[in-house]
Amino acid sequence: MGSTSAENEGAAGVGRRALIKRSAALGLVSLPAIGALTAVSGCASSGGGDQAKAKAGKKTQKNPLGVNTSAPLEFVLFDGGFGKEYAEDAVKIYRKNFPGAKVKFSATQKIQSTLQPRFNQGNPPDLIDNSGAEQMDMGVLVGKNQLTDLTALLDAPSYDDPKKKVRDTLRPGIVEMGQFDGKQVWILYYAYTVYGVWYSQKALDALDEKYPETWDEMLRVCQKAKKKGMAGWTYAGKYPYYIPFSLYPMIAKVGGREVLDAIDNLEPNAWKHPAVKTCFEAYYELYRKGYVLRGTPGLDHIQSQTAWAQGKALFIPNGSWVENESASVIPKDFQLTVSAPTGIDASDKMPFGTIWASGGEPFIVPARAKNPEGGMEQLRIMLSEASSKNFTTKVKSLTAYNGGTTGITLTPGLKSGVAALEKAGDNVVNPRIQDWYVQLEKEKIGVAGLGEMMAGRLTPAEAVKKIQAYADETAKDSSVKHYKHQ
Amino acid sequence: MRHGKYRFVVGFLTLPLGLYALFVVWPFLQSIYYSFTDWTGLSPEFKMVGLDNYRRMLDDGIFWKSLRHSLLFAVVLPLVTISLALFLAFMINAGGRRRRGGPAVSGVRGSSFYKIVYFFPQVLSIAIVSLLFAFAYNPDSGAVNSILRAVGLGGVQPLWLGDPDLALWAVMAVLVWSTVGFFVVLFSAGMASIPADLYEAALLDGAGRATTFFRITLPLLWDTVQSGWVYMGILALGAESFAVVQIMTTGPGGPDYSTTVLVLYVYQKAFRDGQAAYATTIGVALLVVTLAFAAAVMRLGRRERLEY
Repeated sequence: MGSTSAENEGAAGVGRRALIKRSAALGLVSLPAIGALTAVSGCASSGGGDQAKAKAGKKTQKNPLGVNTSAPLEFVLFDGGFGKEYAEDAVKIYRKNFPGAKVKFSATQKIQSTLQPRFNQGNPPDLIDNSGAEQMDMGVLVGKNQLTDLTALLDAPSYDDPKKKVRDTLRPGIVEMGQFDGKQVWILYYAYTVYGVWYSQKALDALDEKYPETWDEMLRVCQKAKKKGMAGWTYAGKYPYYIPFSLYPMIAKVGGREVLDAIDNLEPNAWKHPAVKTCFEAYYELYRKGYVLRGTPGLDHIQSQTAWAQGKALFIPNGSWVENESASVIPKDFQLTVSAPTGIDASDKMPFGTIWASGGEPFIVPARAKNPEGGMEQLRIMLSEASSKNFTTKVKSLTAYNGGTTGITLTPGLKSGVAALEKAGDNVVNPRIQDWYVQLEKEKIGVAGLGEMMAGRLTPAEAVKKIQAYADETAKDSSVKHYKHQ
Repeated sequence: MRHGKYRFVVGFLTLPLGLYALFVVWPFLQSIYYSFTDWTGLSPEFKMVGLDNYRRMLDDGIFWKSLRHSLLFAVVLPLVTISLALFLAFMINAGGRRRRGGPAVSGVRGSSFYKIVYFFPQVLSIAIVSLLFAFAYNPDSGAVNSILRAVGLGGVQPLWLGDPDLALWAVMAVLVWSTVGFFVVLFSAGMASIPADLYEAALLDGAGRATTFFRITLPLLWDTVQSGWVYMGILALGAESFAVVQIMTTGPGGPDYSTTVLVLYVYQKAFRDGQAAYATTIGVALLVVTLAFAAAVMRLGRRERLEY
């Protein structure tokens, strides 16, 4: 017993053995900190091994893309909200049409972890549904020439009608969304999403109201709801980049679509347009008057949708996936409906009905795919009326194929989505900022700008100023690739 | 014979050191190398850009915010967790009242039960813990605000994760909750090896609980506490803080960047923005911070070693 000095063990004071032990532990524990990165870095230097491409086959009327009938095809699907059945069905058709080809189909949620190394090795599959939380950045893929131009597919005759090109069978905005800068089309968005204000028609009927077309009416409806103990609005408070789903088309309705284009193009003072401020102020009014469900800034998307489905709030900005995502909490007699966003008044530039709709589930054919014609042919099959109907029936969502809704029973939300698109006609807007500048849109505009404003921590004027500063910052950032509307 | 001994030692060390070099040292070096490139992480092509990434990092407001939060994590979390764990471990092992005929020191009544209870959170994965707490912090129907309502504090209904002033603390509380049990068990094991006669002698001299703790327990436990401190600090800088922030917070990293940490920023830059090279640059900064933290703890914690 008693104490002896550690000096005899070494000048450091810490015993040598202890030091070794600790530094080993230190190394092991701090490894994960940057280990995540090194997992992918292993392949970068060794990449570049281009494997032989399959020889193109003969172009015939049945095979307009000239697919090599015996070349193997590899198709990787994102296994998300839409499942994988629809793609498996389409693969079956490919197999039937090209019995000599070996088709390898797989579905995963981990798109990035499985495919990023293969891109780095120059050995990617022939068709990818690049979607979900692990989506690979499209801008970078395009910028680094990793994708095949899909123009050949778009100009090929459609699967159902040889006289019609594929591009003429698609819904508005689909082709444009696949372009980055220039004429080439890099991405084909297969699903079609309708964004807007979602509500229960039954709840609105109970208030003896119609969906409000002007903001004064909106405030009146919210007030009526409040008297009945129901909040007017809720939104995904933890992911406030859901607010733009109804806010952006409202800005377009009030100020014209040029305002949104200017915002997408990161033009100086784009956010200072009077229409932006007017719409911000309108939304802020919802907060000020207490029409936003209490606690909303702390709710995530599922929690806010659940509160809304339970009748705690009347309106929610969302996309058409909400019907599927919240299916388990939406009551049977809810009468789910989507409407184009409410405007300010009759002096708005675009008519009521102006709505945001755009493609989802981006499909890409890598530049280094061994069988790019096969990948495109698989897409052509998926864009047939039969495959599109199959998708809509199975997953309650529209596809890029314009039509394909007759003769099948649509769910209430989907039906109202189709009706909203019909009412909109040409007045469909498609803000690109969310796929061009992900960080700007989600983190800066969404969380730090709109989220703060709707929680009452920023005034609309402050929010505009802050967001404009963020946009300017991104416009100046040389590490970000910049795009412009064509 | 002497020559043969070295061959023997080398034979044993080659494999583990080789593995360590391949899976730890080499990736580190690679990361540092990539931080001087413009590699996106999505294609094999890249070129050297010198110190551009580092220059950019120094001008990056979000980087500085993340750094500040990470440092706060590294200072506050070990302090709170280890103090709490020491207190609990002391009460479990030596904080009890002396019972007639019993041992000189013993824990409070039911201490073996508490020991198990404290360890419970440790068996849950951090992802599950984060999800549970995300529900608990739900301002509308979560457990925390429901309890506040139940005790008549209906007027106090904070937004928790939705409030930039509270979010970071709410996240830290979760990490404390989930890790304190491990340290209670660790310190308990350390305390069990302290000879009882030391306590007896202290008691004979009339020492109270506080004196016993500061004069006997803490000095004899110092090595364990120090290791625990380093371990907890790395945990707070690394994987655990990433998991809770990524799963629980607004955005994640918000509201308004109030909870973003370095590891989260590394992840976002590498896997969301396709800027792997810049991410490795931040990773290098994180490595420097981690090493500096460990060095500081070792240095400040230097003491005479007690042998007993």
